[in-house]
Amino acid sequence: MSQKLQLIDTTMRDGSHAVSHSYTKEQVKALAAALDASGVSIIEISHGDGLAGSSINYGFSQTRDIDLIKAAADEIKHAKLGALLLPGIGTITDLEEAYESGVRAIRIATHVTEADIAIQHIKAAKKLGMFTAGFLMMSHMASPEKILEQAKIFEENGVDYVNLADSAGHLLPEEVKARISLLKENLSVPVGFHAHNNLGLAVANSMAAIEAGASYIDGTLRGLGAGAGNCQLEVLSAVVGRMNVNVDINLDRIIHAAELVESMMKRPQVIDTDSLMLGYAGVYSSFLLHAKRAGERFGIRTKDILVELGKRGMVGGQEDMIVDVAYRMAQAQKAAE
Amino acid sequence: MDKVKVAIIGPGNIGSDLMYKVMRSDVLQMDYMVGIVESEGIRRARDLGFRTTTNGIEDILGEEEIKIVFDATGAKAHMVHAPLLKDAGKIAIDMTPAAVGPYVVPCVNLDKLSDADNFNMVTCGGQATVPIAYAIDEAADSSYTEIISCISSKSAGPGTRANIDEFTETTSKALEVVGGADKGKAIIILNPAEPPLMMTNTVHSIVKNPDEDKIHASVNHIVKKIQKYVPGYKLRTPPIVDGNKVTVIVEVEGAGDFLPKYSGNLDIINAAAVETAEKIARERF
Repeated sequence: MSQKLQLIDTTMRDGSHAVSHSYTKEQVKALAAALDASGVSIIEISHGDGLAGSSINYGFSQTRDIDLIKAAADEIKHAKLGALLLPGIGTITDLEEAYESGVRAIRIATHVTEADIAIQHIKAAKKLGMFTAGFLMMSHMASPEKILEQAKIFEENGVDYVNLADSAGHLLPEEVKARISLLKENLSVPVGFHAHNNLGLAVANSMAAIEAGASYIDGTLRGLGAGAGNCQLEVLSAVVGRMNVNVDINLDRIIHAAELVESMMKRPQVIDTDSLMLGYAGVYSSFLLHAKRAGERFGIRTKDILVELGKRGMVGGQEDMIVDVAYRMAQAQKAAE
Repeated sequence: MDKVKVAIIGPGNIGSDLMYKVMRSDVLQMDYMVGIVESEGIRRARDLGFRTTTNGIEDILGEEEIKIVFDATGAKAHMVHAPLLKDAGKIAIDMTPAAVGPYVVPCVNLDKLSDADNFNMVTCGGQATVPIAYAIDEAADSSYTEIISCISSKSAGPGTRANIDEFTETTSKALEVVGGADKGKAIIILNPAEPPLMMTNTVHSIVKNPDEDKIHASVNHIVKKIQKYVPGYKLRTPPIVDGNKVTVIVEVEGAGDFLPKYSGNLDIINAAAVETAEKIARERF
């Protein structure tokens, strides 16, 4: 492998979903310091839905993400402090505020077919001199060729790398390889991959991505993340240690960081029935906890809500439609009684 | 009364749909389509028998009979057009995010803008959600209102895509200024599903007085008012009151004048613009 593998920690971004966006400054400081010592290249911090994601729709952050970012900035000496931004939710104003608070790596995320809505944010980030990635979500919903077309939009607008996210944890290893290798062959910028573990494939899919030429891989400590979680970073660190991969990661230190996370977890990060259905039906992982809550409120099985959301073709960010689906199912049940 | 003559600047999708809506109006008379280059939209207007120009705004400024001008260009162009239209004594209906004049959401605040000569149509999401935000605020006093607009990818034009921040920022502000919330937040999602989905809009509000009956009555009342000018506006999920949180979901099906029915987003902003122009035509000319 020619290019060095870079590991990106998103415990305090995607992992934030799993703790309902409740990280405190003290927790963030402890994790940031431990991660910084482990050799990860980017430590990403924001609401799970990116900067300005704090909302009724996606859940309010207990502490403003800007305050968490500032708290982390003091602890990080080696890695880049990163953040995520979803155009349509966060704006260039949010991006600038993050930059002023110490963020130096920004990933701009859109649905896999909508890359052009990120152009203004990519340009603004590059103007600030930030390390900038274009991030395509729900990559199982498009063919490798369509993904390449969208990735080219990012490339033309100056991103430092293109990241693919399997946001529903739906892809199989060969499907990951097909997507990553086509990008690798046709782009001049590096390629990255972000896995979800809904089908138990997060580590295997990350390995497949590395084998297909990905040089940036996302993971989280203890696999914390939306749905069944992300690629478990300390596990991946051990796996890449056994593969013939050029990477700087200290296994002992990343394991230590993972142990710190345990006390912060609100529930075990496992593949339960509902997250399995996310993966099987190809539904956005962040819908999980919102669907569980709507299921309880309206007396509908979470699994049924998730499958219906999949049938309707809902994309990342459409958490509001969970209530719509649950309400409708409850009305239909009432009518049938 | 004689119909009031109008011109449309910008013969793109929005401008063309506006033209068809004006053609159906009892009080407005489509007269002039203004472009800066020869285009499909200019040809379409010419073929329908209307006057056209590719010289830009100059050609209509001296046309005394044109009282109302829809500007469907872009924010930068409208900044140039606005003072010219004002000097020429013409009412401007601004479809761009320039916001030279006050925001107008017809069923909420058109009655209060009798002095204005430049009306900003906010955003498509604003036209769909501000009325609901206003109705909830009237009934229950909103401290925070958040909206999520989902439009089909096919109905998001290049202007929206290139500057999606304008949507979030303008809509958030309108939720406060027109909708009455102490704090507003707007989110927009593009969904590429085929066949294209109808525009859906969710309004969440944290309120001080969650009186369920009052909220229902207020929302139902405003929905009827919008339906008068946007027939495809539908209350999809009536108010769900959960503690101090109110959630309402509305769907907008377009009239299919020029644009497909799934483009409810473009339809509602145009319908609101024509509603505004008609009221001005009735009251001022």
